[in-house]
Amino acid sequence: MAKPLFNQEENLNIEERDISAGADDVMRERKMKKYDVMIIGAGVSGSAIARELSAYDRKTAVLERASDICEGTSKANSGIVHAGYDAEPGTKKAALNLRGNTLMEKLAKQLDFPFRRNGSLVLCFEEKDRGRLEKLLEKGKKNGVEGLRILEKEELLQLEPGLSSKAAAALYAPSGGIVCPFGLTAALAENAYVNGVDFYLNTEVKAVKKTAEGYRLETADEVFFSRIVVNAAGVYADELHNMVSGKKLHITPRKGEYCLFDKTVGDSVSHTVFQLPTEYGKGVLVTPTVHGNLLVGPTAMDIEEKEGVNTTAPGLKDVLEKGGLSVRALPAGKVITSFAGLRAHEDGGDFVIGEVKDAKGFIDVAGIESPGLTCAPAIGEYVAAIVQEMMPAARKRNFVAERKGIALIAGMDNRERQEKIRENPAYANVICRCELVTEGEIMDAIHRPLGAVTLDGVKRRTRAGMGRCQAGFCSAKTVEILARELGKDIGEITKAGGGSVFLSD
Amino acid sequence: MKEKDGTKGEITELTCIRCPIGCMLSVTLYADGAVSVEGNTCSRGEEYGKKELTNPTRIVTTVVKVRNGDRPVAPVKTKGDIPKGKIGDCMKLLKKAEAEAPVRLGDVILADIAGTGVDVVATRSIKRRN
Amino acid sequence: MRGNMFEKADIAIVGGGPAGLAAAAAACMEGIEAEKILIIERGGELGGILNQCIHNGFGLHTFKEELTGPEYAARYIEQVEEMGIPCLLNTIVTDIRADADGKKRMTVMNRTDGLFEIEAGAVILAMGCRERPRGALNIPGYRPAGIYSAGTAQHYVNIEGRMPGKEAVILGSGDIGLIMARRMTLEGAKVKLVAELMPYSGGLKRNIVQCLDDYGIPLKLSHTVVDIDGKERVKGVTIAKVDEKRRPIPGTEEYIGCDTLLLSCGLIPENELSAGMGVNLNPATSGPVVNESMETNISGVFACGNVLHVHDLVDYVSEEAANAGRHAASYIQQEAEEKRKKTQEGRLGIDGSCTVKRGMGCQEITIKAENGIRYTVPSVIRLAHMREEELIRFRTGDIYKDVSLAVRFNDTVVMRFHKKIMAPGEMEQIRLKKPKLEAFEGLREITLFIEGQ
Repeated sequence: MAKPLFNQEENLNIEERDISAGADDVMRERKMKKYDVMIIGAGVSGSAIARELSAYDRKTAVLERASDICEGTSKANSGIVHAGYDAEPGTKKAALNLRGNTLMEKLAKQLDFPFRRNGSLVLCFEEKDRGRLEKLLEKGKKNGVEGLRILEKEELLQLEPGLSSKAAAALYAPSGGIVCPFGLTAALAENAYVNGVDFYLNTEVKAVKKTAEGYRLETADEVFFSRIVVNAAGVYADELHNMVSGKKLHITPRKGEYCLFDKTVGDSVSHTVFQLPTEYGKGVLVTPTVHGNLLVGPTAMDIEEKEGVNTTAPGLKDVLEKGGLSVRALPAGKVITSFAGLRAHEDGGDFVIGEVKDAKGFIDVAGIESPGLTCAPAIGEYVAAIVQEMMPAARKRNFVAERKGIALIAGMDNRERQEKIRENPAYANVICRCELVTEGEIMDAIHRPLGAVTLDGVKRRTRAGMGRCQAGFCSAKTVEILARELGKDIGEITKAGGGSVFLSD
Repeated sequence: MKEKDGTKGEITELTCIRCPIGCMLSVTLYADGAVSVEGNTCSRGEEYGKKELTNPTRIVTTVVKVRNGDRPVAPVKTKGDIPKGKIGDCMKLLKKAEAEAPVRLGDVILADIAGTGVDVVATRSIKRRN
Repeated sequence: MRGNMFEKADIAIVGGGPAGLAAAAAACMEGIEAEKILIIERGGELGGILNQCIHNGFGLHTFKEELTGPEYAARYIEQVEEMGIPCLLNTIVTDIRADADGKKRMTVMNRTDGLFEIEAGAVILAMGCRERPRGALNIPGYRPAGIYSAGTAQHYVNIEGRMPGKEAVILGSGDIGLIMARRMTLEGAKVKLVAELMPYSGGLKRNIVQCLDDYGIPLKLSHTVVDIDGKERVKGVTIAKVDEKRRPIPGTEEYIGCDTLLLSCGLIPENELSAGMGVNLNPATSGPVVNESMETNISGVFACGNVLHVHDLVDYVSEEAANAGRHAASYIQQEAEEKRKKTQEGRLGIDGSCTVKRGMGCQEITIKAENGIRYTVPSVIRLAHMREEELIRFRTGDIYKDVSLAVRFNDTVVMRFHKKIMAPGEMEQIRLKKPKLEAFEGLREITLFIEGQ
C-alpha cells in the first residue's frame, strides 16, 4: 500500500476531543482510523470512485454496510450500457452517460469483466408514435450519440427476427451494450483494493459529524475520521447527506422487478429491446445478458421501504405482459428466477454529484438511478477530479491498472480446461452443473482480493447457482466449501450476511 | 358416536393405503373392543382399518451420530414394526445414541428399543475416518 | 493424472444411481464383459439419491420386502461390485458426441484423472432428475435464506445430520415433500402445513397417510404460497386458495409464521447432456423419446430411470433400467456380429453395402397418449425387436374415477380396462402382447386413452 499522506500520530487532533469524554471515549478516539478520503457505499459508483482514487497517493477507504460489495442497487438492475439518447441534453446524466459508454469498452479489457456492445432498439408500435421516436433521435444527436438511426419495419425485423410483428419502427443505437453489473462492480472494487484502498464490510455509518478538519464517521462499534467524505450510499444517500447539510435531499426507492429466463431462450433477441412509453405506461426491456440468459423488466414502482426488494405478483405479471409485447414469444415456463432492485431516484430527477455547498469536503454521489451503471466509470473520473482539486495528490507510480477476473472453466475449451486442472485438480470437481462451475473456481472466489464470504458472494463471482436449477443441487456443496475454506462450521455460513443462516442447529 | 347392540362406538375416519384407490374408511371401535369397518371395497381394507385402530404399528427410520466416521451420521431403522405410540420414545433414544465407526449395514445400533422387543439396525455402512 | 488418455468401453453408463446400477448389472448378465462396461458417477459414491432416502418402502416389488433407500441401493452396488464392473466416481461428463463412425465420445473430468475422453459403443443415459426450484415457480416475495428444495433439506437432515429450520411450511405434496414433513417432525421441527396447488396430491397415498395424517400435519389442497416474508431468513409465508385455473383467490390469504419453506413441486429430468448430443425429447416428460428397447433416436443411445420420465417407485426404475441394459448389450453384440460379417464378406469379395442396418426396414408402431393420458414410455414399438410382452408405462393428467382405460389399434378399440381410480401421482402400466400386435394387419398406431369420464 502506498504511504498515506495522513500521518495518524501527528494528526491526532486535540480539538476534536470532547473534554467531557470519559476514558473509554479517549481510548476509542486514539484508536480511530483516519483517512484522507472515505467513500460510503461499495456499489458500482463507490467502487468506481475508489478505483479512480486508488491511482493517487492518498489514504482511501470504503465503508460498506453489507457483508459484500455490490449488495444494493448495483446487483439488481438491467445490466445495460446505455447509448445515451434518453437523458435530457445538458443534464449530468446525459454527459456522464456518453462518457461512461465510451470508457466501458476499454475498462472491460483492462479489468476483465463481461461486456458486449450488442446495440439497442427502441420499438415504436404505432404510426402515431413515430414523432416521439424522431424526438428521441434528435435528443440522442444532441447528446452526441453516434450511429443513431431509425429502422423501418422490414429492416428492423431483418436485424432482429425475434421481434413482435407489431413493431412498426425502431430507433437503433449501435453503441448500446450489456455488462455484468456484478462483474463490473467487483472488477472496480478489487482493483481499488489491490491498489491500496481499504474496504470495511459489515460497517454501517450511523452518524456523520463535521469537525474542523473533516468528518467523524460513527459506526456501531468504531469511529472513523476522514478529511473528505464521498457519499455513494445509494438509496440511503439522502440520509447521509441530511446529516451534514441544511439543504435536504430526498431519495425515493423506485422498485424494478425482473424475470430472468433460461439460457435455452437467451437468443430470443440479440439486441437490447426497449419500448417507447405507451399508454400503458413506461415499457419494459427485453435483453440478452452477457451470460446468455434473457432478462425482462423492470417495472417502476415508487416505494417507502429502502430494503423493499421483494417481488410482487402484480409486478411479475406486468413484466411478462409488457415484455411479451416486444417479442414474438416470451416463454413464461422458462423463467428461472425473478428479482427486484431499487433505483435511487432523487426528487430533482438528475444525478446529484459534487461537493455539498454547506458541507465542505463532503461530496454527494446521490440519485444514481438509470443510467447509473453505464455512468459509473465516468462518475469515478468526475469525482476523482473533484477530490484532486480539494486535496491535490501525486499519481502513484506503482498503480496497477489491470486486473484479471476468475478464469471460468465454462468459458474454456478442453485444452485450456486440461491446463487448469493440471494446475489444481479442484478445477475438475464440478460443483454447479448448470453453469459448470468447479470447486477450484469457488476457492478462487473465496481467496481472491475482497473474496466471497457468503453463498451469494460465491454465486455472483462464479455463477455457481445462477443456472436453471438455481442452486437447488449445489448450494449445500458450496456452503461446505465456504465453511472449509473460511475455517467455519456450515451453520455459520450465510446467504448474504447478517441472520441469513442456512441451518437452525 | 354409533350404537350397536346398545354399546356405544367411537368412529375414526381413515384412508386405506393398501392400494392406490385409497378408500375412505369409517372404522368404529366399540366399548367391548369390537371393531367394524365401513367404506372399504375389499377385505384388505377391513383388515387395515381394524389394525390401524386396535394395534397401529410403524417402522421408524432416522439417523444416529457416528463417532470417527467418514460421515457424521448413519441411517437406521427399526428392524420391524413398533407400536405407533412408541415412535416418540424411540426417537428420543436414537437422538442420544451414538455409533462408533466403522458401522456395517445391519449392525444393531440399539437392541430392544423402548421395550418393544425390536432392534434398531444400521441401513448403510459407514467407514472409519482416516 | 491420466491426462490425454483414452478410455474405451462397450457400454458407458452416465449416472450411478438406481437406474445406472441396474442397467450395468443387466448388461453384464446379458453377456457383456464386466470390464467393458463403465459407470460414470458424479457423486462420491454409487446409489445416487437413494443414499439420502433413508425411509422405508423401497423394494416391495423387486425383493418382496420393505427396504430403506440405502439398503435398496446397497443390493445393486454389491451386485455391480461382485461382477467387477468399473466405476469412475466424482466424475462429471461435460459433453457427449455421437460420431459418424457410430461411436459415442464423451468428455469427462475428475480430480484424479483430469479431463479426458471416453469412447463407447453404446451409451445409457441414467442421469436422473432435479427438483423444480423457486425461481421456476415464480413465487413473489423476498429472497431470504431458509427456502430449500425438499431434497436439499433431506440432504442436510439425513446426510449431514443437521436441521435446516425449526418451523416449516411445505409447498407441494410431492413424495419428497411428504417424506420430509415427517422427517422434520420426528427431528423436532414443527411442520405447520403442506400446501398443494392442485386439487389432489402429487404424492403416494401411503405417504399422505403415514407422513401427514400420522402427525396431524394439515394438507391444504388448491393452495399455494403467494408471498415470502423475511429479508435475511424466512419469517413467514402467505398462502392463498387457488381457483380452478390455479390463480390465487383474493381474500383467502393467510399468513403463516415459519423460518423455512420447503419446495416439493415436481421433478425435471436432467437432459442437458442428451439434448446436447441431439437426442429428441418429449415435451410431456422432458425426457428422451424412446422405443421398446429404451433406445433414443440416436442408435446405440439408451435412456432409463428418472432421466427418461419421473417414476414414483424405484422398483420400476430398476426394471426399466435392466431393460435398457439388456438392449444396450444386444446392440453391442449385434454391432460386433455385423462387423465380423462385413470382414468376412470383404474377404470373400462381396459388397456388403446393402446390408440392412439394424432397426431399419422393420415395422414401427407409434404409441400415442390421448384424452387424459399425458404420455407413454416407450412411444415407439418396433415389432422385430419386441419381446413376447412389453410394458407400456404412462401417467394420467388428472384424477379419474370409475373410467375405462382403452387401447386402440389404428382405429379399432381392442382393449378396455376398468379403472376404479387413476391419479397423476401414481404411474400406471399396461402389457402389450406381441402375437396380438402381429395379428393386427397394418398396425401403425396404438393409442391409449380414457373413456367414460
